[in-house]
Amino acid sequence: MSNRITVCSAEHQAYLKKMGRDKAKVVVVRVGLLIVLIGLWELAAQMRWVDPFIMSSPSRIVNTIVSLYRSGVLLMHIGVTLWETVAGFMLGTVLGILIAIGLWWSPLTAKTLDPYLVVLNSLPKIALGPVIIIWVGAGEGAIITMALLISVIVTVISMLNGFLEVSEEKLLLMRTFGASKAQMLTMVVLPASVPTMISTLKINVGMTWVGVIVGEYLVSKAGLGYLIVYGGQVFKLDLVMASILILAAVAALMYMGVAYAEKKVSRKQRY
Amino acid sequence: MKELVRVEHIDKSYHTAAGETHVVSDLSLSVYEGEFLSIIGPSGCGKTTVLSLIAGLIEPSGGRVLLKGTEVKGYSELVAYMLQRDHLFEWRTIEENILLGLQVRKKCTPEARKKACALLRQYGLGDFASYYPQQLSGGMRQKAALIRTLAVQPELLLLDEPFSSLDYQTRLALSEEISEIIRREKKTAVLVTHDISEAISMSDRVIVLSQRPTSVKSQLKIEFADMSASPIQKRQDEKFRSYFDFLWKELAVHVE
Repeated sequence: MSNRITVCSAEHQAYLKKMGRDKAKVVVVRVGLLIVLIGLWELAAQMRWVDPFIMSSPSRIVNTIVSLYRSGVLLMHIGVTLWETVAGFMLGTVLGILIAIGLWWSPLTAKTLDPYLVVLNSLPKIALGPVIIIWVGAGEGAIITMALLISVIVTVISMLNGFLEVSEEKLLLMRTFGASKAQMLTMVVLPASVPTMISTLKINVGMTWVGVIVGEYLVSKAGLGYLIVYGGQVFKLDLVMASILILAAVAALMYMGVAYAEKKVSRKQRY
Repeated sequence: MKELVRVEHIDKSYHTAAGETHVVSDLSLSVYEGEFLSIIGPSGCGKTTVLSLIAGLIEPSGGRVLLKGTEVKGYSELVAYMLQRDHLFEWRTIEENILLGLQVRKKCTPEARKKACALLRQYGLGDFASYYPQQLSGGMRQKAALIRTLAVQPELLLLDEPFSSLDYQTRLALSEEISEIIRREKKTAVLVTHDISEAISMSDRVIVLSQRPTSVKSQLKIEFADMSASPIQKRQDEKFRSYFDFLWKELAVHVE
């Protein structure tokens, strides 16, 4: 750090200035694009270039959101979906990691179960919808199960691969000190797999949302997925669009939360 | 001198699906307390296997290894093994890394911790205790790995080509420093290397292994006028040349 120049040369200042300008340009264009698109949409609807009954419009979407909020059901629907997602995400991740640890512990089991994992991984879990509904019952349980199933297999496979990539020589080093298998797990394999764990979490967030929305399409009486399906059935495109918009915002927030956690951990761990 | 390790008529074969490889054949040797022994041999002859057998990391197919008179079964707390590469854990600071062995052996008492940190300071890494391995040079990392090995207070140090991953200058400087550390800490050490000069300049005795399946081909007592001289000084001694010639002929390297 000592050789960093503290007094900026003119050239460096120009460089920094250019960097700042480029960044500002991107932000301006980004926001501008959004405004233009929304404006065009609104204009097209107002001028009746398109049928707002089918295409909806930004103002109608805002009105729908406000009236949903006023009638007190908006937060309830968001809450239901969010709860199902968080529960499915947590269960899928924890269960997946535990199974991966089990398979790491017993390589023979891992080898035996490998083809089953491959088949389960390639099976579209949505196909299991009817089975889940009949087994678990049409309700929240089925939705969470669907979300869990969609993320758990991927978690098992990617975490196990992460565990197995930990260098043999690090484990040999542990053996030279007489480490037990549990010590190798907690002192080497798990800490070395933190980056894998975080990238798995990021994938799982997206996976879980798919599971929850599909689950809500199939069985629910509440939630954003329910609103979308219901809106489609009664031909209220305003409701459909409004729900999708809220869904996009909530999902993005959750993803940003995980990305923020990643930044925190990686700074601490210095990967 | 008291015998610390005795290797008796050891045989070792490795088994793979493709077949069986006979690596060690009727090998016997002794290591005496306080001595620095080097083992050299043609590449691929099974030097590391011999070290792993002494450490109890692998079991011999025949024969036995005695450590202070008792047969080695699995790992022993008397022994510490230093690998070719440092393998410092990138998620631990240097201080946490050197405590690894103590933690694994559940011996990380405040005293042991203090001793380990004193070693760190004594050998010039004190300022880097809270750094992460990525922030250190290759030589410093290898030194940290040695301190991690010494921290468990072993009676016998096994060094498996600890300098081979370093560039030439760092290698010379570090072998100088490490041989001094080992002499000062009065440890018994067995060094496996393929570098004849390194073996002569660092050790009291050199054992030459034969081609695979390997056994002891010959041994050479190193007797400089001043055994406490540094490896660099020893390299300039006139005896160095004749030792080198002898070992070179014993190794009988043919490039085929």
